[in-house]
Amino acid sequence: MRKKFVGFLLCAAMTATLLAGCGGGSDTKETDAPAAATEGDTKAAEDTKADEGTTAAEGDTQAAAPAASGELIKIGIINNDTSESGYRVANDRDLQRKFTEENGYDATFAYGKTNDEQVAAANKMIQDGVDYLAIAAANTSGWDKVLQDAKDQGIRVILYDRVIDADEEFYVASIVSDMAKEGETAANWLKDQKLESYNIIHLQGQMGSSAQVGRSEALVNMAQAEGWNIVTQQCADWNAETAQQIVQSVIDAGTDFNVIYAENDNMADGAVKALDKAGIKHGVGEKVVIMGFDCNTFALENVMNGTWNYDGQCNPYQADMIDEIIKNLENGVEPAEKVIYMEEVGFDQSNVTQEVIDKFGI
Amino acid sequence: MGTNKVSKSKEGSLLSRMTRNQMFIPLAALAALLLFNLILDPSSFAITMDENSAGNPVLSGFLINILDNGSELAILAIGMTLVTAASGGQDISVGAAIAISGSVLLRVLCGSNTRPETLQAPILVAFLVAFVVAMLFGAFNGVLVAVFRIQPMVATLILYTAGRSIASWVNNNELPIIGEPSFGYFGGFIPGIPVPTPIFIAILCLVAIWLVLKFTNLRLYTQSVGINENSAKLNGLNPTFIKILSFVILGACVGVAALIKVSRLATINYGVIAKDIEMDAILAVALGGNALSGGKFNMAASVVGAYVIQCLTTTLYKFKVPSTALPAYKAVVVILLVVLSSPVVRAKLSALAPQAKRKEAA
Amino acid sequence: MEENIVLKMRNIHKSFPGVRALQGVDFTLRRGEIHALMGENGAGKSTLIKVLTGVYSKDEGQINLDGKDEAIHSPQDAQRVGISTVYQEITLCPNLSVAENMYIGRGKGAVQNWKKMNADADQILTNLGIPARGSQQLSSCSLAVQQMVAIARAVDTDCKVLILDEPTSSLDEQEVEKLFTLMRDLREKGVGIIFVTHFLDQVYEVCDRITVMRDGKLVGEFVTEELPRVQLVSKMLGKELDDLSDIQGEYSSYEAAEGEAPVFEAKGLYSDSGIKPFDFDIKKGEVNGFTGLLGSGRSESVRAIFGADRVLGGEVKMNGKPVKIAKPIDAMKNGIAYLPEDRKRDGIVGDLSVRDNIILANQVLKGFLKPYKKSETYKIADEYIKLLSIKTASADTPIKSLSGGNQQKVILARWLLTHPEYLILDEPTRGIDVGTKVDIQKLVLKLASEGMSVTFISSELDEMLRTCSRLMVMRDRRMVGELSGEELKQSTVMNTIAGGEK
Repeated sequence: MRKKFVGFLLCAAMTATLLAGCGGGSDTKETDAPAAATEGDTKAAEDTKADEGTTAAEGDTQAAAPAASGELIKIGIINNDTSESGYRVANDRDLQRKFTEENGYDATFAYGKTNDEQVAAANKMIQDGVDYLAIAAANTSGWDKVLQDAKDQGIRVILYDRVIDADEEFYVASIVSDMAKEGETAANWLKDQKLESYNIIHLQGQMGSSAQVGRSEALVNMAQAEGWNIVTQQCADWNAETAQQIVQSVIDAGTDFNVIYAENDNMADGAVKALDKAGIKHGVGEKVVIMGFDCNTFALENVMNGTWNYDGQCNPYQADMIDEIIKNLENGVEPAEKVIYMEEVGFDQSNVTQEVIDKFGI
Repeated sequence: MGTNKVSKSKEGSLLSRMTRNQMFIPLAALAALLLFNLILDPSSFAITMDENSAGNPVLSGFLINILDNGSELAILAIGMTLVTAASGGQDISVGAAIAISGSVLLRVLCGSNTRPETLQAPILVAFLVAFVVAMLFGAFNGVLVAVFRIQPMVATLILYTAGRSIASWVNNNELPIIGEPSFGYFGGFIPGIPVPTPIFIAILCLVAIWLVLKFTNLRLYTQSVGINENSAKLNGLNPTFIKILSFVILGACVGVAALIKVSRLATINYGVIAKDIEMDAILAVALGGNALSGGKFNMAASVVGAYVIQCLTTTLYKFKVPSTALPAYKAVVVILLVVLSSPVVRAKLSALAPQAKRKEAA
Repeated sequence: MEENIVLKMRNIHKSFPGVRALQGVDFTLRRGEIHALMGENGAGKSTLIKVLTGVYSKDEGQINLDGKDEAIHSPQDAQRVGISTVYQEITLCPNLSVAENMYIGRGKGAVQNWKKMNADADQILTNLGIPARGSQQLSSCSLAVQQMVAIARAVDTDCKVLILDEPTSSLDEQEVEKLFTLMRDLREKGVGIIFVTHFLDQVYEVCDRITVMRDGKLVGEFVTEELPRVQLVSKMLGKELDDLSDIQGEYSSYEAAEGEAPVFEAKGLYSDSGIKPFDFDIKKGEVNGFTGLLGSGRSESVRAIFGADRVLGGEVKMNGKPVKIAKPIDAMKNGIAYLPEDRKRDGIVGDLSVRDNIILANQVLKGFLKPYKKSETYKIADEYIKLLSIKTASADTPIKSLSGGNQQKVILARWLLTHPEYLILDEPTRGIDVGTKVDIQKLVLKLASEGMSVTFISSELDEMLRTCSRLMVMRDRRMVGELSGEELKQSTVMNTIAGGEK
């Protein structure tokens, strides 16, 4: 009896492991979630707003058509578990907002932390005869059979947020973003600040993740080209506490620095806590420039009130784009490009408004 | 045979008596690390009085930094030592439990709003709720270990894997941020007091456990259960209760550590808060020369072990060891220390000391 | 006769550091016989078995199997030459099928023909009359059947010699009967069976011959029918019947007042250790004892009194008042102290100092929040170290580095410190030197004369006769007699232990 119970607990533990598989929270997201910014770092907030507004409006108008004819588009949306990160929560909310009956969709949502769970959900959706499948895969490989089945059934597949290791013929479009570009946007912004000297503390995310690679490379390249001095370059694993300790050590060592380039908002937050502790001024017009990524609400607020200088967007709002592609397909228009990059901007005090925060803050 | 050895020890040289003491290795390691810092950077030990951004005078410097950031680890080492002694195993869910406890704390403070203008509950109430929750999770682990006789590492694996998801669920995947400055006192400074508060909290905990060990039989009971459960039972002890108690005490330590952790950042990152801290806590116990298979323990040695680890971490940050190489450096030093402080090597060392002396004489 | 011999062990010697475990032991096993190997604990039975199965290598002597001298260096060697062993604890995998258990680890290649395996297993099980199917999961079988499956696995490997090491200890009577039927079948098939057990009744029911060992030496080989039970017991214990010396109370004993209720009284007490319900009482200042062969239930009885095993039923009174003793702490609070049989396993707390070991029980009684002052503990420790002349470097020496006798004295000190009304000593003199033994016996009588009640258990009968005024006799986990006064003679005790025929 006892053995059985132990066995049960072990099973529970394993299930929990599976469930929490992606659990590294923001890690996982940072690893795979693409994010890039457009060159429009100085683009006015109004422009952005206007763009988005149009897209949304278009989506709404088109959505009305099938809804009016009483025929809903059946779509299966496969996403990652929302406990993964704030990014994922925002991503899911966006999808839930868009794919409703009012907008002409009969949407089924499925969440999985592993490919197994996701593939099972996909198979069920294929059986249920959906018209479209939107997939944000937990893992890039292992989707061959699903994609083949979908193709045989004439189901169109749209990849969003994350890429899949598969031939282009199997999907209509892949809506992702470009980490390297996001890094470049940030590095360009920093260059444009025209500081007298550049002494940079570089806080890296989990080593080897695509977000870390993209965002690090851009800074390192720019520093080489411009002759900037990177005071220290250390991995803080997306972790605010670690970032805080690293910056504190640099301060204690008496090293001079005037830029903190943190590869996500949490690490920037930790760094700022260390500066506050030491009474070092930071933000707009102050000694130390603070840069973060991801557009967490708190980060954008900090940019707006001037305690931070820059925050790079990591756009989780793919719903409108997916909607647009589907509506076009319904009208017989294939997307021009297979790989579509998300529009992503960098924010500084010049283009942050409360509306921006409400719209992009995650 | 053992009797002879012990009687000899009384006449042994000062050196051999020192090396036999369980405190020797952790203290020596601490001294060596500090010396290393002093040689490479003579200004290491300087403690300066600065002003933080709130305008309060605060002490800062390498040593303060170690004491400040080592607080949570030292507190956790207390509980981990007791769990190790009583159950002969370790709790690997400490970091996840801190995430849960911290999340609960913030949830109580914030109520349903993630960005409250004013706190929804007194900090003390929130802390007490989080503290009790941490102890309940400790009791849960304890019951698995003591009643169902699951190996501690396996039992705590359940919470280890599920804990961070639970933490995120407690706050509906939201990211609460506390703006109230007084909440930051616990992880930062109380206005007018230049010493970081975590140092006081750690001292408080250490004094508390010292008093408990002095004025109760916790040490005798825990050791008896850890060394020989059958005997302990036949002497009227309840091994099940004592094992659970040790886990509950660790839970209490987790609750306190969680308060410091969330107060430091005024927010929480479920995925990375207190990441891998359980491994450091277990290391602290091992560095203190305590047998990880349970039984006799030396609380002071564990606590010194905790500060050794923090000292090592801070040193590595300070000397800007490249991100990629950092874990390797840490691993080498840790292996060296753990091997040196293992009971086997200690016995060998103390056997060597008098021999060396005799050789000199010859 | 000669060609019927399957196993011949001659002049086997085996020493461990400080112990001569086997000294020139001979053992002979014939085809188609069940041969009991008897002896008290430490007699050398298990060492002999382990030499035979290659777990230990012998220092000297020959093992001859089927007329060939064999060198057996490992259990695999033993298996190869046809010696199979079934141990007391079932060493099979309960979550595998019966057939898998029978064939696991025996296939040569990686490929297994499951169908054939199941069929083969069923064949063997039918032949042996074992009520199980090959495809059945082992855990769904009763303990006895599991034991039989273990035997089936053992005999299937072209087995000449089958060793059954206390296979019956965890079985009930009906299950034992089934096992015996199987053993008789195997005997018909010509297998030589060595049967190690403590149960006398079982020996007389199923065995053809008995080899008795004592103190690492061979006492003799006997045909079961020709050896009366009482003779067997006396041979095991090493006491000849005519070697009696009656010892009657030469010590002043405490005089209990008339009509005083017994200090401790139990009715129908039994625990989950398998003992049958028994009645027991002890008066103030009385020394009594439980006797019986090892495994007869004497330790289990006192453990039930102390609440060391889970008590399943019975009424208990202390000084006439009903009390509930479910856990050791209950017993301790009622003034009962218990020095356990297995000092290493249940007594000492090895890494702790002599001082901590002495104060432990009384400290627990005092309570969690009332620790002794350090100075007090030293005073107490020094006092008892002197009182019992414990040989230790200091009060801070870990108890595990003391000799067995001194460890025992520390445990004794621990319980004396609690000033019990009723002291239970289970084998306090086992494995300790003669001088200490006498010390402990004297102490027991001294304590009793001061009014303490003592229950004393010892494997050495004369020790019991010297100290106890009343003996409870246990056999096969049942209390079978109570002896006092004139009955306290070795002959009577042995007769009662042996039971059955007179």
